[in-house]
Amino acid sequence: MAPRLKLFLPLLIFVVLAGFLYRGLSLDPMALPSALIDKPLPAFTLTALADGRELSREDVIGEPALFNVWATWCISCRAEHPYLQQLADRGVPIYGINYKDEDEAARRWLRELGDPYRVNIVDREGTLGVDLGVYGAPETYLVDAAGVIRYRHVGVVDDRVWRDTLEPIWHEVLAMGQQP
Amino acid sequence: MIPELGHFALILALCLSVLLCTVPLWGSWRRNVTAMALAPNLAIGVLVFTSLSFACLTWAFLQDDFSVEVVANNSNSLLPWYYKFSAVWGNHEGSLLLWVWILALWTFAVAVFSPQLPLVMLSRVLAVMGFVGVGFLAFSLLTSNPFARLLPGTPADGQDLNPLLQDFGLIIHPPLLYMGYVGFSVAFAFAIAALLGGRLDAAWARWSRPWTNVAWAFLTLGIMLGSWWAYYELGWGGWWFWDPVENASFMPWLAGTALVHSLAATEKRGLFKSWTVLLAIFAFSLSLLGTFLVRSGVLTSVHAFATDPARGMFILVFLGIVTGGSLVLYALRAPAVASRVSFAWISRESLLLVNNVVFLVATLTVLFGTLFPLLMDALGQGKYSVGPPYFNAVFIPLMALLVPFMTVGPLSRWKRDSTSRWKAELLVPALVTLGCALTLPLLHAGDYNVWVALAVLFAGWLVVGLLRDISNRVRNSASVAAGLARLAPSYWGMVVAHVGFAATIIGVVLTSQYNIEHDLKMSPGDSDTLAGYEFRFIDVRTVQGPNFVADEARFVVYRDGREVVRLAPQKRRYLASGSVMTEASIDAGIFRDLFVAMGEPVGTAGAWAIRLHYKPFVRWMWAGALLMAVGGFITVADKRYRRQRSAARDSLRQGGVRGAQA
Repeated sequence: MAPRLKLFLPLLIFVVLAGFLYRGLSLDPMALPSALIDKPLPAFTLTALADGRELSREDVIGEPALFNVWATWCISCRAEHPYLQQLADRGVPIYGINYKDEDEAARRWLRELGDPYRVNIVDREGTLGVDLGVYGAPETYLVDAAGVIRYRHVGVVDDRVWRDTLEPIWHEVLAMGQQP
Repeated sequence: MIPELGHFALILALCLSVLLCTVPLWGSWRRNVTAMALAPNLAIGVLVFTSLSFACLTWAFLQDDFSVEVVANNSNSLLPWYYKFSAVWGNHEGSLLLWVWILALWTFAVAVFSPQLPLVMLSRVLAVMGFVGVGFLAFSLLTSNPFARLLPGTPADGQDLNPLLQDFGLIIHPPLLYMGYVGFSVAFAFAIAALLGGRLDAAWARWSRPWTNVAWAFLTLGIMLGSWWAYYELGWGGWWFWDPVENASFMPWLAGTALVHSLAATEKRGLFKSWTVLLAIFAFSLSLLGTFLVRSGVLTSVHAFATDPARGMFILVFLGIVTGGSLVLYALRAPAVASRVSFAWISRESLLLVNNVVFLVATLTVLFGTLFPLLMDALGQGKYSVGPPYFNAVFIPLMALLVPFMTVGPLSRWKRDSTSRWKAELLVPALVTLGCALTLPLLHAGDYNVWVALAVLFAGWLVVGLLRDISNRVRNSASVAAGLARLAPSYWGMVVAHVGFAATIIGVVLTSQYNIEHDLKMSPGDSDTLAGYEFRFIDVRTVQGPNFVADEARFVVYRDGREVVRLAPQKRRYLASGSVMTEASIDAGIFRDLFVAMGEPVGTAGAWAIRLHYKPFVRWMWAGALLMAVGGFITVADKRYRRQRSAARDSLRQGGVRGAQA
C-alpha cells in the first residue's frame, strides 16, 4: 500500500463505525420483537429455587401471571425488585425465572430484598431462556390463563411501564379469563 | 428575567465562538496579525458569557425558580443548598452547560498561559477549540436549552433531584470528569493546529504535553470518584461494573494514557509523530463518543441521561465533522515517510511502543465490548449484552502483560540499550520482589492465594524497579538529599504515577480475592462475626433528614472484645419522589473497610436483611488512582516546559510576526 493511502485507514475505520452509530440511533435497544408473542409458553422441566423440587410448564400456568427473568448479577434487576414486590403485594402473581445464576446467591438475594415470586424456576443453563428468546435480564413476560405469552417487556418494570403498557394488557387478560 | 439573561448570554457566547473559530483561522491563513491577535480576546469573551450563563442557571436553582423546566424537574425546595447547587449539573441540560463552561475555561487557560506560543500556532489552537465550542453551544441551545420555561403552569414545588445524586461525590465527580474529557480537546486542538501548519516537531509535543498531562490527571480523578461513589452510594459494595457509561469515561483515559507516553517519545526523540497526532485525535474523539453513547440512548445503561434520538443525531453529526474532518486532515497532512530517527529494538523507545500497543489494544477491546450489542443489532444478528466476564477476561491479561515492561521503561536508555545491562540492573529487584510475592500472602490467614501472590509480584516489581532507578540517579551526587532534589518534577511525576498504578493493582486484586460478604437476616440484639470483627446489631430508630425520613440501624463493631467503631446505615425514603435509598455505613481504613448496608425489613418482628462486608485494601485502589493523578499534576511543574518556552518565546514570536509580514 502506498504510504499516503495507509494514512486514510483511520478515516475508513471511523466512517464504518459512524455508519453503525447512525444505524444505532434508529434502533431502540429496549424494543424487541418476540417471536413468541401469542404463542404458548415453552415447555420445560427445571427445579424450584427454594426446595429443588421439579417444575414443569403445567405447574406455573392456569391463571394470568407475570414471568420475570432475573439474576443476582443484573444491576437493573435490583432496581426493579422493590416494584415487583409492590405488584406482588397488590395481588399480581409473579413467577421468577432465575437466569444463569448461582442458587445460593439467588436465595440470599431473596432473603435480603424480599421475595415477590410465587415460585422461582432455576434456569441455570439458560435453556428456558433460549426457548423464550431472552437476551438479558431483566425481562418480563405477561402470560394469560391459557399459558399463552401476551406481551414481552425488556428492561426494568417500574410504575410508568406498568401503567402505560403492562396494566392495560393485564386487565384485558383478566377480563378474558372471566369470560367462559 | 434572570433565566432569559442566561439564555441571551449563551447565545452571545455562541456568536463569539463562531468568530473565534473563523477570524483567527483566516488570519493564520492570510498572515493577518490583527485577526490572529483577536483569538485570545475572543476566548476571554466566550468565558465571560458562558460564566454569566452558568451563574444564571445556578441562581435559578438556588432561588427555587420552578418556572424553569430543569429546575422544576431536578430540584426541590427542601433540598439542602449544596445539592441545589450540584443539581445544576445533575441533569442533561445543566451538565451540558457545565461542559460548555469548562471548555471555555480550558480555552481561556490556553489563551492566557501560553503567550510564548507563536501567534500563528496559538490562533490555530484557539480556533479549533472555538470550533468545538460552537458545536457544543449549538447543541445546548438547539436541542437542550437549560433555560426553557414552564409558563404558564409553573409547579408549586420541584420533583426533586434523583436521590442517588444527592451526595458529596456527585457534587465534584462530573466537574472533574468533564475537566478531563474537555481537557483532551486541548491536546486535540494542538494536534490539529500542528497538522494545519504542517509542522509536527518536538516543540509541538512539548507545548501539548503539560496540557495533556493535566487533562489526563483530571480524568483519572473523575473516574476514581465515580468508582468510589458507586462503592458507598449504591449500597452493595461494588466499585466497577463495566457499564457503558463507565466505559465511556474509561476509553478516553486508556487512549489518553497511551498519548501521554507517546508524547514523551515525540518530545524527547522526535519519534512516533503521526502516531501521537492520531492518538490525540483518538482520545478526544472517544470523549465525544462517550457523550454520544451517554446522551443518545443507543445503549442501555443504569445511569444514562434521559435520552433523545434528536440529541443523538446532533452529536453524531458533530462527531462526524470533528473526527471525520480531522482524520481527513491527518490523511492529507501527516508525514507519510518514516521518520529518519532510528532506534534499536532494545531501547526505551521500544518499551514505550509496548505501552502504546497495550493501551491501544485495551481501548479497542473496551470499545468493541461496549459497542458489540449495537453492532450485532445493526447487523440484524439479534440482541446481546456484554458483561463483566468479557471485559475482565481481556482486560486483566493485558494489564498483566504491561507490568513487566513498565518497570524496565524508566531504567532503560533511549536509542540503544542492552539486555545484559537490564539484567545487571534488575536481577536484585527481581529476586527481592519474588521473595515478597512468595511470602507476603502467607501473612493472610487461610489458603495461600496465587492471585494475590501475582499482584504482589507485579506491584513489587514496579516499586522496587523504581527504587533501583532512583538510587542509580542519586548515586553520583554528593548526598542522597542533594541527588533527590536534583531530580526533575517530570521524573517525580512519573514515579508517583507508577507507584499509584502499583497501589491500584494491590487494591483491585486483594479486595477482589479477600473480600468477605455476609448477607443475613438480623434482629436487634443479634451479632455476626466476619474476619474477626463482631458486628452487633443494637436497634433501629427513625431519623429525620432535611428531605427524607430514614430507618437507621445502629451497629457496634468489636474486635477481641474491644469496641472498634459504631456504624449507622440508613434506609431512606425521600419525600418528594418517594424513592427509597440505601445509605451504607462504612468504617474506612488503610488495610480494610467495614461496610454495613440495610436491605428490606423481614417479617414483622423487627428483623432486617443486612449486608455486612469486610473489604481489605479497597482504599488502595482509589489511593493509587489519586497518586496517578497527583503524578500527572506534578509533571507540569517541570521547569523544562517554562524554560524552553521562554527561550522559544522571542525567536518564535518574531518568527511568527516575520512570517506574517512576509
